[in-house]
Amino acid sequence: MSDMTEQQPSFLTRLRDSDLWWSFIHSPGAIIASVLTVMIVAGALFAGLVAPHDPFDLATVDLFDALLPPAWEAEGNSSYLLGTDDQGRDVFSTILYGSRISLIVGFASVALAAVIGITVGLIAGYSGGILDSFLMRVADIQLSFPAILIALLIDGVARGILPREAHDEVAVYVLVVAIGLSFWVQYARTVRSSVMVERNKEYVQAGQVIGLPNWIILIRHILPNVLGPVLVIATIQLALAIITEATLSFLGVGVPPTSPSLGTLIRIGNDYLFSGEWWITIFPGVALVVLVLSVNILGDWLRDALNPKLR
Amino acid sequence: MIGGPRRVAQEVPRGAEMFKFVSMRLFQSIIVMLVVGLIAFGLFRFVGDPVNNMVGQDTTLEEREALTESLGLNDPFIVQYGRFVGKAVQGDFGMSYRLRQPVSDLIAERFPATLELSLVSAFMALLLGVPMGIYTALKPKSLFSRGFMTLSLMGVSLPTFLIGILLILFFGVTLRWLPTFGRGEVIQLGWWSSGFFTASGLKSLIMPAITLAIFQMTLIVRLVRAEMLEVLRTDYIKFAHARGLSPRLINFSIALRNTLVPVITIIGLQVGSIIAFAIITESVFQWPGMGLLFIQAVSEVDIPVMAAYLLLIAFVFVVINLIVDILYFVVDPRLRVQS
Repeated sequence: MSDMTEQQPSFLTRLRDSDLWWSFIHSPGAIIASVLTVMIVAGALFAGLVAPHDPFDLATVDLFDALLPPAWEAEGNSSYLLGTDDQGRDVFSTILYGSRISLIVGFASVALAAVIGITVGLIAGYSGGILDSFLMRVADIQLSFPAILIALLIDGVARGILPREAHDEVAVYVLVVAIGLSFWVQYARTVRSSVMVERNKEYVQAGQVIGLPNWIILIRHILPNVLGPVLVIATIQLALAIITEATLSFLGVGVPPTSPSLGTLIRIGNDYLFSGEWWITIFPGVALVVLVLSVNILGDWLRDALNPKLR
Repeated sequence: MIGGPRRVAQEVPRGAEMFKFVSMRLFQSIIVMLVVGLIAFGLFRFVGDPVNNMVGQDTTLEEREALTESLGLNDPFIVQYGRFVGKAVQGDFGMSYRLRQPVSDLIAERFPATLELSLVSAFMALLLGVPMGIYTALKPKSLFSRGFMTLSLMGVSLPTFLIGILLILFFGVTLRWLPTFGRGEVIQLGWWSSGFFTASGLKSLIMPAITLAIFQMTLIVRLVRAEMLEVLRTDYIKFAHARGLSPRLINFSIALRNTLVPVITIIGLQVGSIIAFAIITESVFQWPGMGLLFIQAVSEVDIPVMAAYLLLIAFVFVVINLIVDILYFVVDPRLRVQS
């Protein structure tokens, strides 16, 4: 929500008087969702302080504590609230650290997708002609394939190109690129169509008349006017990106088990599901669903709030 | 999303125009397939060394040279690409690095499993999703509608693999009602292996099919609802009300018919995404289909299998897109004026 460039009557006053704030405090779903989101993000951000154990410090992890059930069950240990996994790591702590990686990959890939998509959309919408139809044709083709398939493919190619030993180290970057490259199309299409409307307005013509270079008109003047829908797409895509990351990690082609994301944790726990150790899978799963659901609710609310026609 | 046509065509398109349109789209589809083929070939040729993947450690340099020459890897790029396309058209994708079997055999063996799973879940998604979408659009304030919409939001937020895991935990591990992996017993009908005719085959199908159907169903509910709401707002529906036609007739005859045209075409496009999500479902349930083959190929960098799967999926998508485009043309008069 930082697309307000000028801040004459302080930012807070403007926020309090805005329609967006009014609609926010009048939708309980959005409030609960944002509280949950903030809690998870804070827990992930300050995992080092909040987490009762450091699951990746081999000195404190004890194999004798492996596969302990949650604290409230008969065999549970009170120092491991949600139980421990197969290596004796505290499940609650691994979830906090895991959410950090899930969120980092989610935010970074959405940012990458937004930068690519907005750039393509601005160029295509402003220049028109052959370049426009070429870029949009590429976008059409990509859009007809599901994002998860494209992400899998980019991931697979990267694995093929990179040496096998380096896979684990660069896994996070590979994921960001794979997900980012599979999600740019939505931004490009939306931005392009807004730019095509803005392009013919007087302020753009005025800019052209006084001889501003095209890139200044595009970035300083058109871009701020097309960012509204981008914000909505970015929120919804953040949820999708987190799911995609979790899916790829679950499939075993994402983040390695040494520094697991939520998806990797679910994958690890999946092997123990049949022997009754459900908590290793289910708690990271619940964390993932709560995170994604909150972000989705926020996205839905934002879309409705910014687009009064829908109500 | 794709903006759908709103009106049903009154006239049949003229033959020549239709021919021009279809041949143009066909040409574009062939270009797309050639580009995807180029990517697949690039994978094949430049990711990893094809020779290294075929020979053992103790092969001499001369033998490697001979193999490189006999595989034609010294020919110009365009010649190699041409040969790759020629072979691919005949269904020859080389040998799998991992399983040492022809890729085409592997895919033929796995294809029935994926198709049966996809078809069953597509049916489930349609049979439940369309009525739920119509209901939520017609009675947006009712308790059921709110329930359906909440469910669909949960369906969008629950990752496919987690739905599968929850089903396994509940029906497989706790209740022990249903098998948790594999296809059960299959019956061979020629080269086609079917799980439809045995009890264990059908039982094995239930959980994977539900898992795959839920995400599609939530999409269909939201789509049908949005389209229906839009149609209900149009002037011709208001006019129909003003004429005093019965709500039943308006809702189910006029509105529904106009809703379903775009919905059917978009659902056609969804067939592709069912195949993509089958990768996840197959992985959760160890369902021996193409998706499982592909994901194993990705993690083991088995390039020929990846390339073949890519081409096959692209082919399915291109064919569906082509059919949908032609349907649009038949159905929407505005498109004909443009072309």
